[in-house]
Amino acid sequence: MAFLKLTFSKNKRDKLAQVLWILNWVSVVTGILLFSMGLFLKVEINKRVELMAERDIQYVPNMLIAVGLIACAINFLGGKICYDCVDTTKFLRWKLILLPYIMCTFFFTFCVLVGALMCYSMHGELEESLNLGLTEAIRFYKDTDTPGRCFLKRTVDLLQIEFKCCGNTGYKDWFQIQWISNRYLDMSKKDVLDRLRSNVQGKYLMDGQQISNNSAHFNYEHQTEELNLWMKGCRQALLEYYTHIVQSIGLTVLITWLFELSVLTGVRYLQTSLENGLRQGDLNSESDGWLLENGPDNVPPKQIPEAS
Amino acid sequence: MVVMKMKFPFQKRVKLAQGLWFLSWCATVAGAITFTLGCILKTELRRRAEVMDNSDVHVVPNTLMIVGLASLGINIFASKICQDALDAERFPRWKNMLKPYFAVSCFFTVLMLLAVIMSCAMKGSLESSLKVGLKNGIRFYKDTDTPGRCFQKQNIDRLQMEFQCCGNNDFRDWFEVQWISNRYLDFSSKEVKDRIKSNVDGRYLLDGVPFSCCNPSSPRPCIQYQLTNNSAHFNYEYQTEELNLYLRGCREALVSYFMGLMNTIGAGVLSVFLLQGSVLVSLRFLQTAMEAVAGNENTEIETEGYLLEKSVKDTVMEFIEPVMQFFLFKNQVGEGSSEAQADP
Repeated sequence: MAFLKLTFSKNKRDKLAQVLWILNWVSVVTGILLFSMGLFLKVEINKRVELMAERDIQYVPNMLIAVGLIACAINFLGGKICYDCVDTTKFLRWKLILLPYIMCTFFFTFCVLVGALMCYSMHGELEESLNLGLTEAIRFYKDTDTPGRCFLKRTVDLLQIEFKCCGNTGYKDWFQIQWISNRYLDMSKKDVLDRLRSNVQGKYLMDGQQISNNSAHFNYEHQTEELNLWMKGCRQALLEYYTHIVQSIGLTVLITWLFELSVLTGVRYLQTSLENGLRQGDLNSESDGWLLENGPDNVPPKQIPEAS
Repeated sequence: MVVMKMKFPFQKRVKLAQGLWFLSWCATVAGAITFTLGCILKTELRRRAEVMDNSDVHVVPNTLMIVGLASLGINIFASKICQDALDAERFPRWKNMLKPYFAVSCFFTVLMLLAVIMSCAMKGSLESSLKVGLKNGIRFYKDTDTPGRCFQKQNIDRLQMEFQCCGNNDFRDWFEVQWISNRYLDFSSKEVKDRIKSNVDGRYLLDGVPFSCCNPSSPRPCIQYQLTNNSAHFNYEYQTEELNLYLRGCREALVSYFMGLMNTIGAGVLSVFLLQGSVLVSLRFLQTAMEAVAGNENTEIETEGYLLEKSVKDTVMEFIEPVMQFFLFKNQVGEGSSEAQADP
């Protein structure tokens, strides 16, 4: 008893082959789309790689790029096969390749699904990577004379301007580190020396005395002031930005997976109906197509107990 | 004296019609692109409308949009005409429409060329508009509580950060204006009172700039206040300091941005103009070649095509004459009635 059996006349088979040809070409386009989305994500991550600590997040865009390229190749081949299936003589060429092709495509659609799930699982690694990366970046903000770190100040400044954020978790992160280089501190002044002596590590910390001190500014209350500085932390801002991108990509990949699965089902039906037609000896007659030869309800008939 | 006469055997006519059909569809796409470019330019100009004093420069995108739409229509017509051109039965129905069609097309093609010239020539008008607009923007920077001006501060700050510029000509423009609102000045403090007394208008002027003038590429944290006082900051000389603030003025930055945009668009539209011109010239040749075939039983004879039947001067006179006659007639009526009034 075959699983999900359908009968195909010659016309129906030909129409199925033509429709599958078109669908395969649409899948090639979606494969290109997947590839470009993977490339876009890779570029976006690399743009801010200085702000991320070493973590395994490059695997997501790499997977997407690989899946996109393979999808193009598989569906291009599928399109060619379906186009040839209309013609009996040409079909015989592909007869032996068809079943391995279907098995490869089934395995590949499974990879597409894994790719989609990876997109959603990236969140935790990304947050940790950003947390560590931003802490380091804020610590090295003042080192504009150290080779390898001289552009960090500019990167952090432009990040805070572009994403409308301040600090790692909030603006108070800046109170805990020295972000003014010693080159610009007048060590002969009393209040500079006082500040340096006020903490164990000898750092010039500005505890935002200017921000937390209500009397330093006219008509100012730091507890209720909301519009002066950006309130959001940069880690949260970046995380939201990347999560938004990755979730959109994940949704598109899921839709692509469903589409690929339907194309695969169509190709399987086409293959089985053509093979059955060959077995019957006449490819122009009606033949059956199925998904699996031995379905789950393939049970031997019940033994009728003999009347005693 | 016929202008630019050419012989057209049957095959050449067929090839001309086919080539023209393809060319006119390309020109249709080009017309759509012109319209899009006009829309893009208009959007960009409107985004910065708060720092512009007048909207004289908007004539460029408006013309581009009109010309783009007209070009779409002209080229769709051209493709329809050349589709019917080789069919001896269908071609005569276009006969009456062709003369006004060519007149209108020439007008819009010339308008396209004018738009290109204007996009390069409007620099002076744009610059003076920005000069006044930015001056007002800087003056009203502090008025965040005045309705109608409350977003001026935000706009100027974002403008300076995006275009990496400071002030109108340069950062010293901020020294001449009170950019801190009175609501945030402690009038009981001696320093504030001194500054206000130091000038005739009673404004709080200082040698400082807003934070948006700060250059993130500077190796040291930004110095915004006491810019001209070298002893106020450690290791600082304002005469040689180049990286602290943006040195470019916003007027210069905006002018170079818009002129770059308009020049690029102008170059694109110039190529569209050449394409459109070639479509019209080819269509004229096809029309005159086909008109010579009309009436003949054998449609495959060789005919002559030309651009203008008479010389350029005569053709122009031919168009202007009806217009002149109309005005002359009006004059004569006017004279006649005044004469009638003159003799009682």
